[in-house]
Amino acid sequence: TVKMKSVFFIELLSVVCFLLLTQAGAKNSEDIRCKCICPPYRDIEGQIYKQNVSLKDCNCLHVVEPMPVDGKDVEAYCLRCECKYEERSSGTIKGTIIMYLSILGLLLLYMVYLTLLEPMLKRRLFGHSQLIQSDDDVGDQQPFANAHNVLSRSHSRPNMLNKVEHAQQRWRRQVQEQRKSVFDRHVVLS
Amino acid sequence: VALMWREIRSNSADDVTQKLHPTCSSSSSSSSSSCSVPGVSGATPTEEMNGAGNLMDFLDEPFPDVGTYEDFHTIDWLREKSRDTDRHRKITSKSKESIWELIKSLLDAWSGWVVMLLIGLLSGTLAGVIDLAVDWMTDLKEGVCLSAFWYSHEQCCWTSNETTFDDRDKCPQWQKWAELMTGHAEGAGAYVLNYFLYILWALLFSFLAVSLVRVFAPYACGSGIPEIKTILSGFIIRGYLGKWTLLIKTVTLVLAVSSGLSLGKEGPLVHVACCCGNLFCSLFSKYSKNEGKRREVLSAAAAAGVSVAFGAPIGGVLFSLEEVSYYFPLKTLWRSFFAALVAAFTLRSINPFGNSRLVLFYVEYHTPWYMAELVPFILLGVFGGLWGTLFIRANIAWCRRRKTTQLGKYPVLEVIAVTGITAVLAYPNPYTRRSTSELISELFNDCGALESSQLCDYINNPNMSRPVDDIPDRPAGPGVYNALWQLALALVFKIVITIFTFGMKIPSGLFIPSMAVGAIAGRIVGIAVEQMAYHHHDWIIFKNWCRPGADCVTPGLYAMVGAAACLGGVTRMTVSLVVIMFELTGGLEYIVPLMAAAVTSKWVADAFGKEGIYESHIQLNGYPYLDVRDEFTHRTLATDVMRPRRSEPPLAVLTQDTTTVEDVETLIKDTDYNGFPVVVSRESERLIGFVQRRDLTLAIKNARQKQDGVVSSSVVYFTEDAPQLPASNPQPLKLRRILNLSPFTVTDHTPMETVVDIFRKLGLRQCLVTRSGRLLGIITKKDVLRHMAQMMNQDPESIMFN
Repeated sequence: TVKMKSVFFIELLSVVCFLLLTQAGAKNSEDIRCKCICPPYRDIEGQIYKQNVSLKDCNCLHVVEPMPVDGKDVEAYCLRCECKYEERSSGTIKGTIIMYLSILGLLLLYMVYLTLLEPMLKRRLFGHSQLIQSDDDVGDQQPFANAHNVLSRSHSRPNMLNKVEHAQQRWRRQVQEQRKSVFDRHVVLS
Repeated sequence: VALMWREIRSNSADDVTQKLHPTCSSSSSSSSSSCSVPGVSGATPTEEMNGAGNLMDFLDEPFPDVGTYEDFHTIDWLREKSRDTDRHRKITSKSKESIWELIKSLLDAWSGWVVMLLIGLLSGTLAGVIDLAVDWMTDLKEGVCLSAFWYSHEQCCWTSNETTFDDRDKCPQWQKWAELMTGHAEGAGAYVLNYFLYILWALLFSFLAVSLVRVFAPYACGSGIPEIKTILSGFIIRGYLGKWTLLIKTVTLVLAVSSGLSLGKEGPLVHVACCCGNLFCSLFSKYSKNEGKRREVLSAAAAAGVSVAFGAPIGGVLFSLEEVSYYFPLKTLWRSFFAALVAAFTLRSINPFGNSRLVLFYVEYHTPWYMAELVPFILLGVFGGLWGTLFIRANIAWCRRRKTTQLGKYPVLEVIAVTGITAVLAYPNPYTRRSTSELISELFNDCGALESSQLCDYINNPNMSRPVDDIPDRPAGPGVYNALWQLALALVFKIVITIFTFGMKIPSGLFIPSMAVGAIAGRIVGIAVEQMAYHHHDWIIFKNWCRPGADCVTPGLYAMVGAAACLGGVTRMTVSLVVIMFELTGGLEYIVPLMAAAVTSKWVADAFGKEGIYESHIQLNGYPYLDVRDEFTHRTLATDVMRPRRSEPPLAVLTQDTTTVEDVETLIKDTDYNGFPVVVSRESERLIGFVQRRDLTLAIKNARQKQDGVVSSSVVYFTEDAPQLPASNPQPLKLRRILNLSPFTVTDHTPMETVVDIFRKLGLRQCLVTRSGRLLGIITKKDVLRHMAQMMNQDPESIMFN
């Protein structure tokens, strides 16, 4: 379990580093812009102008090209325009969405496996007799479930696969206890 | 004042600990001290995930530490504090021995700050991921970006050159589903198809959310703040802050918010941040083995959670102080500040909103407000208080129904039904179709000359040549009246649907829905006042304040004040609310209206019921939470509350040196008390100390396995020297190690007011009642809570936990 935890931490740290690096590294030139919105003026329609300029150049005179009015009207026109500097990081967005979808996909696959495939496989391997694992074998006397009632069976063969299986069984029972407290007995989180 | 009180509490506990635990403070290396067990193989941090405990568990797991706690029980604050003091003293005394020990002591001192740094980094990252994913998935219900599917609507149209002034949001790269599937963009068929697909996506998201919660982490549902409040007051809920809960809560929060349900992500983000806190606590034994120190870290983590939820670091610290934490010494204040700062910085560097701002609802206007406007602000405060009362009563009634009747047996169906109803009713109204954060943002913002939304459809003077910021009041066009109708419908819809949404078995928060209700009401009032000021500018009230041609009324400000009022009415926050609101909006000029509304709504809401939504949920679940705000003003005495009552069997005690192992085991098996007093003998009943059930169980099991000669008829003794027994008796068992030699006692005539104060300030679990040195009975925290409930005419049987 110490190993599982360190693996988990390494995963977390790599996620954090990945996110921080993608947004630091991918400074796409398309990712900064100055957006100027100019309302209708006399007989000129409203227009939106965009350009990739830096913050100090983000004003009407640099961005609005070609200028639809000339000479004396430029100042009046530009007073009504509103210019905003915006930046984003497309690399971060792409990385985050793809990472989120992959984690979601993995969880869904695991959920399908746990709820549908595993009972089917167990039924085929062990026959019907052992399938019905009684949900009520945990002590029901006390009105509120103590998670310490999760029993763990002792093992005779302490090799790696059995340890993983053992840990998974323990986790499953804990989740079952939690599910009972929350969904069935409505003891917490109602 | 609360801060001072909390510090006094920690100081007083220090003094009390020093005075009443002489064995603890005597020698640091004594392993026979009664309140700390250094040197016993400690429980590994994974033990926390696994839970430990029944008699049979010890067959294959290492013996857990004598000082750990059972699930759904309260910790002993004093014991944790004294253990930490011992540990610190040991490290300090060893640090003088060598350079390596000195370095270790420095690392130990800095470990707190390292934990805060890690919490800030991880919470900021997770919040950034959640924000980006929610942004994308919310837009996924309506359409998809063809050039790059991972872009939301706004991001997709970022680089396009085809946006026009009139259709600012449209671009050819992002298409709605109807347009993609059939090629038609407009028309009744396209509308129906979009509607249908919207509902389908919403149902899919919420079904996935509730299934994941049910299969992997049932503790990930709900808001999380009531349970965290209880945990911080000393309660243990194993697995509530675990790794699977963290993962599932993050993933399903995105799904739940994207499905269009009327819920927010702020409460769940506090839970996520506390899970991060718990995760990093397990790296350092200073925090993983001491439940009291762990709760300091969790208080700071809660501050980091609110900080990233709102982009409000200072508001987060104040929220942790006011709402979530139970004990909040100054040290925790510094640590929370640091954690909130790191979290805000991390979130900013991920930059989810694309404009280098953390602030969700940045308002850009700075027009002043007028004293006469305090009247509508106070009215909004009254509305907020009334809505808060209504919401709390209705929501608690519905949650109670869910808890006790058949409704609770179908959580998945319930979520799908509520999502279906929400989606069906929300799509036609453009104000409810979009995400609630966008709605609030639009309502907060004032109408410049360039806004294209319907809410800003004022009749403009075409000759006007003023710059954008200084538009005088204008009469409302037909678009505004249309928008008002739609907003009124949206208000009713949101008020009703949030009552049924909060508390379902998916992660759900209620900050954003409350703010939405308030913002809608505020904007409606603001537009009403604005139009009244324009059309009746010759009335007395308006004459002094408003001149025609000037910019008098800012409806966006009314929306802000309304949002603050409603949020305050529901949660009963005061200072933290105002700070969060002005950090959210950047409107520092508007602190006074916000304060006025917050105070008014709190007064109005308190007139109907003293508890906010979180305290009400704590009461609904029966958690043993002794609220610091309740005042106990009755004249009962300790004898009225203590157990055993006259009709009950006598107190189960152990004697100093005449009980056998078999007696003890029978006692443990027959009763379910959490501890037993130890007296000199049954005749004299003079009190020696108190021993915990769990410690007794573990020690006897340990002794039976490890020590030779201990059998069922061995005598158990708690004195320093073994009793004089004939040689033929089996070897006696010394259990002085687990005895608490200084249990808290009060006399039978102590007023209950004092007893409640002691329980609250010191975090006791039980207190023994004596008269002239003889043990009479025991008062536990559950008894205190039941007594208080009885005095307030509530059901005393609703307190369920110890």
